[in-house]
Amino acid sequence: MEFLINLILLLFLAAVTIGIIGVRNLFAVVVLGGAYSFLMATLLIAMDAVDVGMTEAAVGAGVSTVLLLSALHLTNTEEAPAKHSNVLPIALSLLTGAVLVYGTWDLPRYGEADTAVNSYVGDEYLARSIPETTIPNVVTSVLATYRGYDTLGETAVIFTAGIGVLMLLKGRRRKEDEDEEEERS
Amino acid sequence: MEGLNELAFVLGGVNHWITVFLIMAGLYIIVSRSNMIKKLVGLSIFQTSVYLLYVSPGKIIGGTAPIIIANAPDQMYSNPLPHVLILTAIVVGVATLALGLALVVRINEAYGSIEEDEVYSGEDWN
Amino acid sequence: MRGHLILRVVSKILIPFLLLFALYVQFHGDFGPGGGFQAGVIVAAAFVLYALIFGLRATQKIISPALLEVAVPLGVLIYAGVGVYTWLMGGNFLDYNMIDSHDPSHGQHLGVLLVEAGVLLTVSSTMLLIFYTFAGRGR
Repeated sequence: MEFLINLILLLFLAAVTIGIIGVRNLFAVVVLGGAYSFLMATLLIAMDAVDVGMTEAAVGAGVSTVLLLSALHLTNTEEAPAKHSNVLPIALSLLTGAVLVYGTWDLPRYGEADTAVNSYVGDEYLARSIPETTIPNVVTSVLATYRGYDTLGETAVIFTAGIGVLMLLKGRRRKEDEDEEEERS
Repeated sequence: MEGLNELAFVLGGVNHWITVFLIMAGLYIIVSRSNMIKKLVGLSIFQTSVYLLYVSPGKIIGGTAPIIIANAPDQMYSNPLPHVLILTAIVVGVATLALGLALVVRINEAYGSIEEDEVYSGEDWN
Repeated sequence: MRGHLILRVVSKILIPFLLLFALYVQFHGDFGPGGGFQAGVIVAAAFVLYALIFGLRATQKIISPALLEVAVPLGVLIYAGVGVYTWLMGGNFLDYNMIDSHDPSHGQHLGVLLVEAGVLLTVSSTMLLIFYTFAGRGR
């Protein structure tokens, strides 16, 4: 049953992705992107990653969509028709896909417990979380205590991105300069 | 019996195949489209495929979310480590998306277009 | 959106519950799914909803961009400050056991609480600030 739900959600995800490739109206692309994020969030919850699923639903389907829509409002909602041939990009992505599929041959199958991924440090965290920190949610305890440095660095990354956006977009548009340029040319 | 094993092998890899498909789709959009917002959407598809790549191997059939249940010592839990790593990646992802969109807005103001071809052509680079 | 009566009424009812849910997600993060990142995004989403319905200017009266510009670095400072405090108490950087000298598990809980508060502050104010700058840009 678990496997069936997983399979159906994955197929939906692939279908939405094909839609995103095909559609030319950017507004529709952004809305499909929101649907994609919700499907991804459901899939993550089906794979027991409840924290990640919650974040993906709030960030991917919520904030990303709002940001993309506000950027669309400032730019253009229709994509120009393609000018180049698609042969080279298709060949490139097929080549990459073939190499990656070859790489997946040795990866563990879905849902197995006795794999290298699930054997060492993950088990250690599960066993230590309650005795050492008394926090039942292991994801929170790993995020905030065992890997506190990572999270500090990540908060700094968000801070930096916020400053970057402010530097790029804050302040008035230099309308006068543009007008002057037009007059000169 | 042999055929059944083969089927289980193929179906058990379905997460990986779809992950590879999403990577291919994202890469294709980034390379083939000249519209910058579409490129950013492709980039985030590429990024979400990595979430799938990380979280799938951590799932254990019969396990539950890694929140320790008191008085249930035999309960199996899925691996919490990929969840933590991907949680970080999602929030950084939206931060980079915002920065990319800010750049696109500035490019649109400077060149009047968000199509890469039009930005490159007809500009004297001074 | 002056004419949309239903949207205005429904969002006015919804927004307090959104904020309450964000607080639940924040403080229940030790025991269930949630934490600073998720709660921060939910707080930002509540204000974005308010801005979509009642306009950017009304939202900036409640939370001014200048306040947000202070809150963004403050969150990082709270996080790093916890680390420096544990240094001063004689432990490693971010070693929460040092916060409470009597019971290490209390120290862990307090440390996680403070750190998550810093994350909440930075994430929510950054998201809202980014939305402000995009929405205030105009065409």
